[in-house]
Amino acid sequence: MTKLIATRDVYGETLAEIGAVNKNIVVLDADLSSSTKTNIFAKKFPERFFNMGVSEADMMGTAAGLAAGGKIPFASTFAIFASGRAWEQIRQSIAYPKLNVKIVATHGGITVGEDGASHQAIEDIALMRAIPNMTVVVPCDGVETKSVIHEIIKYNGPVYVRVARGKFPVVMPEDYKFTLGKGSVVRDGKDAAIIANGLMVSHALEAAEMLAKEGLSIRVVNMSTIKPIDRDIIIKAAKETGAILTCEEHSIIGGLGEAVATVAAEEYPVQVKRLGIQDRFGQSGLAEELLVHYALMPKDIAEAVKEAVKKK
Amino acid sequence: MVKPDIEQLKKWARQLRLDVLMMLNKAKSGHTGGSLSAADIIAALYFYKMRHNPKETKWPDRDRFVLSKGHAAPIQYAALARCGYFSPKELTTLRRFGTILQGHPDMKCTPGIEVCTGSLGQGLSMANGIALALRLDKKSSRVYALMGDGEQEEGQVWEAAMSAAHYKLDNICAFVDFNGFQIDGAVTDIMNIEPLSQKWKAFGWHVLMIDGHDMGQIVKALDDAETIKGQPTMVIARTVKGKGVSIFEGKYQYHGVPPSDDELKRSLEELGISADGWPERVI
Repeated sequence: MTKLIATRDVYGETLAEIGAVNKNIVVLDADLSSSTKTNIFAKKFPERFFNMGVSEADMMGTAAGLAAGGKIPFASTFAIFASGRAWEQIRQSIAYPKLNVKIVATHGGITVGEDGASHQAIEDIALMRAIPNMTVVVPCDGVETKSVIHEIIKYNGPVYVRVARGKFPVVMPEDYKFTLGKGSVVRDGKDAAIIANGLMVSHALEAAEMLAKEGLSIRVVNMSTIKPIDRDIIIKAAKETGAILTCEEHSIIGGLGEAVATVAAEEYPVQVKRLGIQDRFGQSGLAEELLVHYALMPKDIAEAVKEAVKKK
Repeated sequence: MVKPDIEQLKKWARQLRLDVLMMLNKAKSGHTGGSLSAADIIAALYFYKMRHNPKETKWPDRDRFVLSKGHAAPIQYAALARCGYFSPKELTTLRRFGTILQGHPDMKCTPGIEVCTGSLGQGLSMANGIALALRLDKKSSRVYALMGDGEQEEGQVWEAAMSAAHYKLDNICAFVDFNGFQIDGAVTDIMNIEPLSQKWKAFGWHVLMIDGHDMGQIVKALDDAETIKGQPTMVIARTVKGKGVSIFEGKYQYHGVPPSDDELKRSLEELGISADGWPERVI
């Protein structure tokens, strides 16, 4: 049976592990530490944990100051508040001077579930991608999340990482190592390529399996870094498969889909179809109900791939 | 404690005012009123209170200064130049393409600038972060921040006010340059911020009220702030927008307008300063 792990749990555990070794790491949260799992770090290293209360703007500014003071701050809250409420603070105080702040935002996408639209970030990737100097990462599972947290510390500059609330299937092998700015082919194929990130990688793999039974050979690319985007892997997919479907738990505006479509259009135009939230808000419900409603299940992906293949 | 030479500090404030007028006239854009109102505070910080080393800008034990009201950048640039962070000749390049002196403070471009400001309301949060880092590193360095009075209307200022008091950041001393005007008019008309001192007190700060153009009072406030333990200090400095030149004094219309050639000439006459040899010559 597939192992299910919440990427936010892995984030919290990994942060506490690294914090024991790297004393320069400090952590900030905006009154959501039990949800973002920074409370694990807080318990072990209370002197390096700063709960800023419900004030995301101040949290980002304080993180900028800590980075200017030589620390490696991790700032966490829900994705909508990190990217939306504090956008301009991130732009002015963190990204413009390229300060070494790691923003790890939990509760991305609609799988937040019951809390509804107010808490479901479906625009965060677009918002963060638009800021110069910003790196944007969406790991697909627990294994990748652990590697992402280790790797971003080696990079000196601002990074936005989106993790999720729900438990996702583990799709990457235990020995997988994330490389910033590189996508990875998790299943090879020649008839079309699904380029996905987050939970959608495991859904894409399921879709590819379904399509294999119908005689279609589908490549699945895990595009965990959205910025800077891995252009080579997109061009290669375009050349070798002739049709691309992007799939993300995010608005089709400004996210992975647009990033991939832009590269394909500029470098090697082929049929590109974008699957994601179709420019509308989320709502309350179970994560599984919402994924069905917003057409982000494996069968939806399979159908969309077939359409893309038909148009080749 | 070094004994301040009040007369020398006043001279420096005059020099900085001259620099601001000359820079802005040359740049043909920039913020006159709020740069001049902060001149005395900036002079006291850079030429008396702050431990800093222009030859080693990243000296770990330096005191830090955050200009949260980033539009007053010219007054800070003038101080940095006169301290020796860069050649005073650079002052002639303010706001020009390719300059190290951007329209608003930029830590990536200018030696001596600690953070990037310009979007109001964000500086105190950054100052808090620096203060927390210094505390973690067990440094005795202090963090100074200067905000505007119009800036007090930003919500983030009060988030940061809470944080500094919550974390008992007694290594922070912040100023409000209370010159009474913002771009659109008098602060009391646009969005009243009073009672300001009571607000800061209620937020847990040690509050000092001074005349922001009385060098003796500024110096005393800076010295007193160092003795306050367990809470941050806020110095509310009553100032005059455009201080030092009557054509600009108390006029919100000069918030973001530079002196014209004629206004510059009249300003220098009033200040009794000659611009001969500027920027190299120190008055």
